[in-house]
Amino acid sequence: MPTDPANRALVQLLDVGRDFDVSRPWLNRVLEGAPRQLLRAVDGVSFEVNRGETLALVGESGCGKSTVARLIVGLYALSRGRIEFDGLDLAAPGTDAAALRRRMQMIFQDPYASLNPRWRVRDIVAEPIRVLRLAATPQAERERVTELLRQVGLAGDDGEKYPHEFSGGQRQRISIARALSGNPEFLACDEPTSALDVSVQAQILNLMSELQERLGLTYLFISHNLAVVSHIADRVGVMYLGRVVELAEAERLFAAPRHPYTRMLMDAIPDLEMSGKSRTPVAGEVPNPLAPPAGCAFHPRCPHANARCRAERPVLAGPATAAVACHAVEEGRL
Amino acid sequence: MNAPLLEVKDLRVEFPTRRGTLLAVDDVSFCIAPGEILGVVGESGAGKSLTGMAIIGLLEPPGRIAAGEIRLEGERIDNLPPERMRRIRGRRIGAIFQDPLTSLNPLYTIGDQLVETILTHLDVGRDEARSRALQLLAEVGIPAPEARIGHYPHQFSGGMRQRVVIALALCAEPRLIVADEPTTALDVSIQAQIIALLKRLARDHGTAVMLITHDMGVIAETADRVAVLYAGRLAELGPVREVIHQPRHPYTSGLMGSIPKIGSVKRHSRLVQIDGAMPRLNAIPAGCAFNPRCPKRFERCTAERPEPLQVGNALASCWLYADGPR
Amino acid sequence: MAAVAGWLRRAWAHDLAWSFRRSPVTILAAFLTLVCIGGALFAPWVAPHSPFDSATLNLSDGFTPPAWTAKGSGKYLLGTDDQGRDVLSTIMYGARISLGVGLAAVLFSAVLGVSLGLLSGYLGGRLDAFIMRVADIQLSFPAILIALLIDGMTRIALPRDMHDQLAVYVLVLAIGVSGWVQYARTVRGSTLVEKNKEYVQAARVIGRHPLAILLHHVLPNVMGPVLVIGTIHIATAIITEATLSFLGVGVPPTQPSLGTLIRIGNDYLFSGEWWITVFPGLALIVLVLSVNLLGDWLRDALNPKLR
Repeated sequence: MPTDPANRALVQLLDVGRDFDVSRPWLNRVLEGAPRQLLRAVDGVSFEVNRGETLALVGESGCGKSTVARLIVGLYALSRGRIEFDGLDLAAPGTDAAALRRRMQMIFQDPYASLNPRWRVRDIVAEPIRVLRLAATPQAERERVTELLRQVGLAGDDGEKYPHEFSGGQRQRISIARALSGNPEFLACDEPTSALDVSVQAQILNLMSELQERLGLTYLFISHNLAVVSHIADRVGVMYLGRVVELAEAERLFAAPRHPYTRMLMDAIPDLEMSGKSRTPVAGEVPNPLAPPAGCAFHPRCPHANARCRAERPVLAGPATAAVACHAVEEGRL
Repeated sequence: MNAPLLEVKDLRVEFPTRRGTLLAVDDVSFCIAPGEILGVVGESGAGKSLTGMAIIGLLEPPGRIAAGEIRLEGERIDNLPPERMRRIRGRRIGAIFQDPLTSLNPLYTIGDQLVETILTHLDVGRDEARSRALQLLAEVGIPAPEARIGHYPHQFSGGMRQRVVIALALCAEPRLIVADEPTTALDVSIQAQIIALLKRLARDHGTAVMLITHDMGVIAETADRVAVLYAGRLAELGPVREVIHQPRHPYTSGLMGSIPKIGSVKRHSRLVQIDGAMPRLNAIPAGCAFNPRCPKRFERCTAERPEPLQVGNALASCWLYADGPR
Repeated sequence: MAAVAGWLRRAWAHDLAWSFRRSPVTILAAFLTLVCIGGALFAPWVAPHSPFDSATLNLSDGFTPPAWTAKGSGKYLLGTDDQGRDVLSTIMYGARISLGVGLAAVLFSAVLGVSLGLLSGYLGGRLDAFIMRVADIQLSFPAILIALLIDGMTRIALPRDMHDQLAVYVLVLAIGVSGWVQYARTVRGSTLVEKNKEYVQAARVIGRHPLAILLHHVLPNVMGPVLVIGTIHIATAIITEATLSFLGVGVPPTQPSLGTLIRIGNDYLFSGEWWITVFPGLALIVLVLSVNLLGDWLRDALNPKLR
């Protein structure tokens, strides 16, 4: 995929794959003669995130979007492929991966599990500062923590409290403050608003947009909620069973989705406008990821599948602003 | 007008705690007509699940119904002894909960669970019960019901399990189903399937549904009327179209504004946000519970608690709609 | 000072204190435990006599029955044993050994068990499998047997006089090693749960060393059940020490614990001098029972489901 040379990509994924060994314990396998089972959570994913943009990854549960985020920040090791940050391969022997990883941070989904219940908020927010030695004196550290808490909309003396004294939305703000305290350039956000009420979600999304503008951050935003994504993303990647099936600019994707799965997802969103427009019925369920269909992973549910779809896996083709992995689209049948 | 199937009047649910009594549901009233789908919407802590639990009679102690009446087909059910309530529950009121994984007993096949429920509530023989079970499974869209009736819950996917739960709720042919967040734990595409299924079944069986959820989109798709709860109180109640497109209560407008919608708003524009958060049950402000966050508040709002006032087809608990001086 | 007062005030109002105040049994148990600990700790100052200082002993005072009986004397409240030692004083000194060994053994067990449990749960893989198999194997032996085994091995390994000097430490080691498994298993289970929580993942993303994560993030969150196990384990450890001493393989006779006293007195039980064994026995029961009841209360009070 040709990239815009002016916008140097901050994060680049090249044919990334990650397998999980979900085999039964060794003894059971020996006794029952069961085979090793490998779950291909991410299978041949390639895309890039440009500086200052928000790239969203959407898909239903099990599609691998969270795994992709964790691969980038290093929580999981790569099984295949390459991840480059600022042009440097994170896994190459000469690279100082730790230094590169310091420029990334992550925000998690569950506001209740993402803060250590035994730590005070100021210690939670200050942890990156301490680990990265960003503050020269304890006084400087305290001031920075207060500044960060204010930046995310909390009070300076909230630092003395414990996480359980805060609501879900406030905890998510604390998580954001913690992520920002390391002065990162790149933020992987794994469903940061999915566990929040709608009105709180609006506050957090607005906050994240503001911070991105003010601090020049780059976001990888993971979500299953297309409506939320439509508000915050510049480009959107749709994932299904570990593969990227469509990747396009947000406006283009929402105005004219091309991949049959994207269309199905859009149709499934409850219609708040109650426009009464007719929708194609949704078929089937996500197949077992341990035994993905041959060829195109979506073909069992696709109304446009043909023999080629059942045999040959489609490749993500097109510019980074409008790419699709679909034989039907390629052949002009759609 | 038809007599309502379910009538809830001035319901109050309390939780006595060490530090005082918390009022989780405060003077909530609404009706559900036969065959109607009423959505009960609200954010976490608004009291919607507790209202549902109070109606089914499954409030966990120390929570209890402190005041008010719940009438099912004219009869009071809130003050019944547990044995009688048990017979009503299942037979005349069905329930669907959020997590299909824990709603089904993992040790029994779904066939066993369906047949047992049918036999408990209906006066039929075992063979008849089994054929009804098969029929229900087909109705809820389980493919190859003959084969799958002998399967255990873990052999079904999340969406299929929820369908089985719906079948279980329907098998005694109840007049009312209370569904508490039935689609929240499911993927978006499955959600759409389940919503469509619920609507169809309600229509085919003439069952009324009380659909509790925090998701306005689901309400828009499914409900005929909707009740909006805030801090245990009723904020607005009316036909779905009106509440969504012409919300009366400022909380409802704020809520609708903060929901991101595809296409209708410019990307990266600010979502309408309601500052602050829903008050905790032990810190509800005087007057209208929403007043500290309300952009339209005036003096009366901080002093007097508003009653539900008629505004066109809807009810809104807001002093903006009272006659007389502001 | 104000900070301590403030802390005390908050502690009193805390859920735990409230649950404590509501249970008269627990208050009694706590009181008795404090009495036992106080008596043992301050024995050199509080005991009416010095039973192990041969200079103060009077052999002719031997076999004096308790003060309230006919031939008793106010000087020896609970009577004396065969060598004229005041039973009350020997109980207080004996409780010192019993409590000391018990607490030290529990501390040893806890540190060993919690460390192994943390490593096992966090690192997983072969290390986890190995540690858990060792734990399983050890659990198939009664704790007493393990303690006896370790004691026996050190007796063989060390020369005679050294063994007497080190007997207490060997005992602590033996009881400690026999008890680590329950800590390890519980902590491993909790660690497995905490390991997957997002705050641990956040710490990994920040770049902290796994040991730092274990110590600063995971450990504070898995310590709850350890406290409960520890309190109940103290009672078990004291009983184990008493049993070993009763069998003659525990502390040397120069530093008798409650178990030793029971053994010594046992020889005289049927010849009529019942007080020499009964009172140390009662003291042991009271001590162990109070600690057990405290542990029970703590477990229930800390259990969120019962609140």
